[in-house]
Amino acid sequence: MRVNRRKFLAGTAAIAGAAAFPMPSIAQAKSIKIGLLCDKTGPLAEGGIQMEQGATVFLKSKNFTLAGSKVDFVVADTGSSPAQAKTKAQELIERDGVNFILGPLAAFEMLAISDYVAQHKTPILSLAAADDLSQRKPNPYLCRASATSSQATHVLGNYARKEMKLKRVVYIDSDFAFGYEQGGGFQQVFTDEGGCVVKKLWAPLGAPDFTPYIAQIQDVDGVCQGFAGAAPVKFMKQYADVGLKLPVCGGETAGDDALLPHFGDEAIGMISACPYTIDLKNDANAKFKAGMDKDFQAVPGFYAAGMYVSGMVIEAGLKALHGDVSKPEQTIKALRAVKLQDTPRGPIHFDEFGNVVGNIFVRKIEKVGGKLTSVTQKTYQNVSQFWTYDVKKYLAQPAYSRDWPPVTACKA
Amino acid sequence: MSIWGVLAINSITFGGLLFLLSAGFSLIFGLMRIPNLTHGSLFMLGGYVGASMVLAYDLPFWLAALIAAVAMAVFGGLIERFLLRRLSGSLLAQVLVTLGIAFIVADFCLMVWSGDPISVRTPSALVGGTRIAGLFFPTYRIAIIVIAVVVAAILWALLDRTRLGAMIRAGVDDPQMARVVGIRVSRLFTIVFCLGAALAGFGGFMGAPILTVYPGLDFDMLPLALVVVILGGVGSLLGSLVGSIAIGFIYNFGLVVVPELAYFVLFLPMVVVLVVRPQGLFGKQAP
Repeated sequence: MRVNRRKFLAGTAAIAGAAAFPMPSIAQAKSIKIGLLCDKTGPLAEGGIQMEQGATVFLKSKNFTLAGSKVDFVVADTGSSPAQAKTKAQELIERDGVNFILGPLAAFEMLAISDYVAQHKTPILSLAAADDLSQRKPNPYLCRASATSSQATHVLGNYARKEMKLKRVVYIDSDFAFGYEQGGGFQQVFTDEGGCVVKKLWAPLGAPDFTPYIAQIQDVDGVCQGFAGAAPVKFMKQYADVGLKLPVCGGETAGDDALLPHFGDEAIGMISACPYTIDLKNDANAKFKAGMDKDFQAVPGFYAAGMYVSGMVIEAGLKALHGDVSKPEQTIKALRAVKLQDTPRGPIHFDEFGNVVGNIFVRKIEKVGGKLTSVTQKTYQNVSQFWTYDVKKYLAQPAYSRDWPPVTACKA
Repeated sequence: MSIWGVLAINSITFGGLLFLLSAGFSLIFGLMRIPNLTHGSLFMLGGYVGASMVLAYDLPFWLAALIAAVAMAVFGGLIERFLLRRLSGSLLAQVLVTLGIAFIVADFCLMVWSGDPISVRTPSALVGGTRIAGLFFPTYRIAIIVIAVVVAAILWALLDRTRLGAMIRAGVDDPQMARVVGIRVSRLFTIVFCLGAALAGFGGFMGAPILTVYPGLDFDMLPLALVVVILGGVGSLLGSLVGSIAIGFIYNFGLVVVPELAYFVLFLPMVVVLVVRPQGLFGKQAP
């Protein structure tokens, strides 16, 4: 309710107006086109709107000029549907001729367009977390500045065992690939550190009531949840309704800072691991937060931050290329070579697969001055998508799935 | 904590919510023969309107619930009077219109309330719960059971003990004959549609502290209303009540006992009922 659509439209319109205003032209001003694929309607709209806000705040702060090139910014709505994502990707590439694609949000959208985008050699900076896009079936034109699904939950597994001292945990999430990959990552690290995942519960997407699943949480000392979108708010409410008091930890979407205004007091104490945290104190984050507040009166979460950071990566890549984006092979190489120190999530660089290596923050939700906020407990630096595992061995094991790693009986 | 106890309590509370949703759906379907596909949207919109009253205007919870119900009644009345009535007799057109309105409402909500989930604080008198014999009884959920029972009793009294109720029943049983004996069936349509919409809106707001309100809630709830009505029988109040509680139990226990069938468990009883007793458990044989 903080950003209503009217304010949002007004903000965007103002920006569009500013963009249309003739800028003093520099001799031989080059121009580039950036297309954003995001979910402005449908069940994932909460994150999609944040993505557009994050990208817009960044471009606006640069006056729509990156490394001397004028930016033409096109936004397309995927409607939370793979088919529409494909249509819109085609429009962006073939009609608008974009040089970069930002987004999309969801793995099922990214998987629908991944091959197409690679064939057309368009560098894509997606937030879609599907592990294998930068692991077993890498997309050569992907540059992912957010995280894989399991990148943050690897960290969470370590933290839950080492710092929260949990031994037996139930993992609960939505019944889809993002959930399996998050859960698999958590389980593998948590088990390696001597913990035990007693049960993994998969609730259908759109299940109105999680209580039947929550009722199965027993004989454990903690709960790990990986819900996304609006579901974490609902889960925490229903969890408290059943009278459970066990510690809860969650992934990047479960404790997303954008949800903070919507959580009730029952979320206090929840731990989450995320590639972005609202309380990181550096210049870039201060600027980012101020921009989000000024342009959209929004509390930024990691979707907005992911797009903002992706924008910074494009800018740094363009600088290295001196604005020449005529050869996509060179462009993606330059993007993947980007190293940034001051971003809203701290220093980042990319691995050979184009996936980010950077901070993962473990935070706790606390009430400060009557408002819920995230307070960082521990920062894991330079976390790669492979955690501390050997890359070859990691890639040789199966991808995390509904049944892998399997749940085995716990040692007494 | 006994898992079965928790599930049983939750089955009944979830059934109570479903009853608020489906009673109106069933009456509208029974009287007007329209599967009102906006019903889930009315549930969601009622939730949003009520939540705004609480969050933006700081109104008391129960007043907000009343406003949500009244607002939806007015909205439902407008839909019936100005859209559905013009299409009377053309079932397909009516179904398509209600579906179209559902999409419009969904987009409207996204525009006004953005994509963020909205959670409504449980009224302070009903926060927490009591532990009896090791079982945790959340007060608010118990209150929902009470409310559903009260609403069911009022509806029953209305339908069974008043002149209006007699007219509605006559309309459900045989609209043509009801017209012949001088009942203004078209006015009944409006009244029933308003009533059904009000119940949905009220249910949406009552559900808000449990389910939260979020984009997509409409189409999460609509199939449940359909299932309840098919199971219980069209136009039957008792059918809605029994169907709601039954679906509450099937949903809760089914997901735990046969988690592999999570997507299927709600629709299995519906299929069985359709095959064995197409008019539903408490529905009247089609004339």
